[in-house]
Amino acid sequence: MAAITMKNIVKTYGDGFQAVKDINLEIADGEFMILVGPSGCGKSTLLRMIVGLEDISGGEMLIGDERVNEKAPRDRNLAMVFQNYALYPHLTVFENIAFPLRLAKTPDAEVKERVNHAAELLELTEHLERKPANLSGGQRQRVAMGRAIVRNAQAFLFDEPLSNLDAKLRGQMRTEISRLQKRLGITTVYVTHDQVEAMTLGDRVAVLRAGVLQQVDSPRRLYQNPANLFVAGFIGSPPMNFIPATVTDDGLSTPFGDIQLPPGRSVDLSGKEIVLLGARPESFEDADVVSDTVREHGMVFDAQIDVIEWLGNEQYAYVPYEAPEQIRQQLADLERELDSEAMRTQLVVSLDASSQIEESSTASVWMDLRQVHVFDPGTGENLTAEPAPVSDETAEGQPA
Amino acid sequence: MEREQTARQKSLWWVAGVIVIVYALFPVAWIVSLSFKRASDLSSREFLPTTWTWDNYDLILRGDFQDLFLSALRNSIGITLIATFIAVVLSTFCAYAIARLDFPGKKLILTTALAVSIFPVISIVTPLFNLWRNIGLYDTWPGLIIPYLSLTLPLSIWTLSAFFRQIPWELEQAAQVDGATTWQAFRRVIVPLATPGVFTTAIISFFIAWNDFVYGISLTSTEAARPVPAALAFFTGASQFEQPAGAISAAAVIVTIPVVILVVLFQRRIVAGLTQGAVKG
Ligand SMILES: Nc1ncnc2c1ncn2[C@@H]1O[C@H](COP(=O)(O)OP(=O)(O)O)[C@@H](O)[C@H]1O
Ligand SMILES: [Mg+2]
Repeated sequence: MAAITMKNIVKTYGDGFQAVKDINLEIADGEFMILVGPSGCGKSTLLRMIVGLEDISGGEMLIGDERVNEKAPRDRNLAMVFQNYALYPHLTVFENIAFPLRLAKTPDAEVKERVNHAAELLELTEHLERKPANLSGGQRQRVAMGRAIVRNAQAFLFDEPLSNLDAKLRGQMRTEISRLQKRLGITTVYVTHDQVEAMTLGDRVAVLRAGVLQQVDSPRRLYQNPANLFVAGFIGSPPMNFIPATVTDDGLSTPFGDIQLPPGRSVDLSGKEIVLLGARPESFEDADVVSDTVREHGMVFDAQIDVIEWLGNEQYAYVPYEAPEQIRQQLADLERELDSEAMRTQLVVSLDASSQIEESSTASVWMDLRQVHVFDPGTGENLTAEPAPVSDETAEGQPA
Repeated sequence: MEREQTARQKSLWWVAGVIVIVYALFPVAWIVSLSFKRASDLSSREFLPTTWTWDNYDLILRGDFQDLFLSALRNSIGITLIATFIAVVLSTFCAYAIARLDFPGKKLILTTALAVSIFPVISIVTPLFNLWRNIGLYDTWPGLIIPYLSLTLPLSIWTLSAFFRQIPWELEQAAQVDGATTWQAFRRVIVPLATPGVFTTAIISFFIAWNDFVYGISLTSTEAARPVPAALAFFTGASQFEQPAGAISAAAVIVTIPVVILVVLFQRRIVAGLTQGAVKG
């Protein structure tokens, strides 16, 4: 077990493409770190540089205080689970799991004991003599995990291990991985583009965008305190709503009415004409079900409800609105980058399950202003972001 | 592209198949039949021998042609096996490099290989004859093995590199992460997966070398290196005008046997789909 430290890591591919740009990240011993970002942002590249399958173009990679830039993969003692599992088709499940031990010339008795132990953890005991071709997707996935945990590796690396499984199995394996990591307490780097995995699995999450590290924080802080538009839009499902607002003398003017930011959220808006307000779906509520004591913390407006999705425990209402052309363009670009489905300018509003609001009607909706974020549309920066706590582990890894 | 075939289409395929088989196997059957005929029976214009006899086999294995045939058989087996072995080993490494590595001149190697293999043998054989005489390779085993390699290597490299390309590269990377050196990853993961390809290549190489006649007859002069196809031409009857067709047929049958055995033995090895299950299915 060891900590992994990246200092100014750069990757430039042979064709001149810079896939990873100046990344600084410290992963503590025993920590579960998630690398998340849309497809093509350089997650796999970074992971493959940690494990040694990709040359490091610049910067320094330390594993347990030892520089590994020049070390071959086999000398780094890391275990990796590949996206497509990469099982050896000519070997049985037993020999697949035993492969790293065989290479290390481990005595037969010990191999047997350790493979059986790993197989037990992963519920593979009855499949040990079968070949990978005859296993189901979930079983293959577990064999790949078995191969990783059977040795005493310094760290586990996962590259989108669940992306080839169906939704149900993905949920099961997610809990399994989490349980296993807690039990073994081994430093883990986990690459995913799925933000549910990112939020549920990790101690900390590193968000990447086009090879640049955006923010490293605990899932909770990422959600509540995103550093910029990109992180805010990427984390959360359904995503955060971005509402264009014009800065006026006495507050902000939005398509839903004029608002005054509460003291806890007020920021210096001098010199800015337009800002983007970010509000999560759950910051909204049917005005009828909001109690009077909280009502004053927000604003009530009339919304044209387009569609309602009723999910049993809650419901989502879609509220289209008009936005200035320039802002609409920017929001569309952001959507595209975040890989989310093309979205018109509309609010996604979460309503209480008991709300009686109907589709295609006008309803009174309440917006909680205590939790809105204010973004600079030019730089994407979150003007309301709290500075990261200093002493906490979560402060590490932030680019200085 | 699966489509229901009508009964009519099916029967047409059967007829076509039978025609091809008869067309291809008739000469073989004729030779087998010839090899069991008596000398007097040879021109009988009957398909089957009137009386079956082992005389011809006796003649080449114990009789007059024994020296000629057995030494030729020994040469053929030895030269072919060595040439096949070298071709397989060399082409395995070469094809692996071509499939896995990006190095300057990769295209050149592949095109050269292709160019060599389409070069007509007959145009090389005369200069080779002179060269071999000068440097002392004429009428020796290496003198045949080297030209055979020039025939078998290009083909082997092409088939094998196609095979290697099918193997997911991630398997090798997984092995390296698991602690294997490049060589261990190659030997323990890549080679087992490429086995069907290696066997296919071996068989093709074997056939090419085993069946060669032009080099065999041109680059040898004595029993020191002459292979069977060439030696058959030296079987002579009692008089110059009488061809010992029976004995030649018997020899032909005998040299066919290893080929048949080879195919039957390795047929099962040449199964595709061995890489199935390596990655998600
Ligand atoms: N071998 C390569 N040569 C050139 N560019 C590459 C290579 N591998 C990946 N890339 C590029 O690097 C970027 C990051 O790739 P990758 O790390 O695989 O992204 P992801 O975050 O989806 O795992 C992509 O834009 C990809 O096109
Ligand atoms: Mg990837």
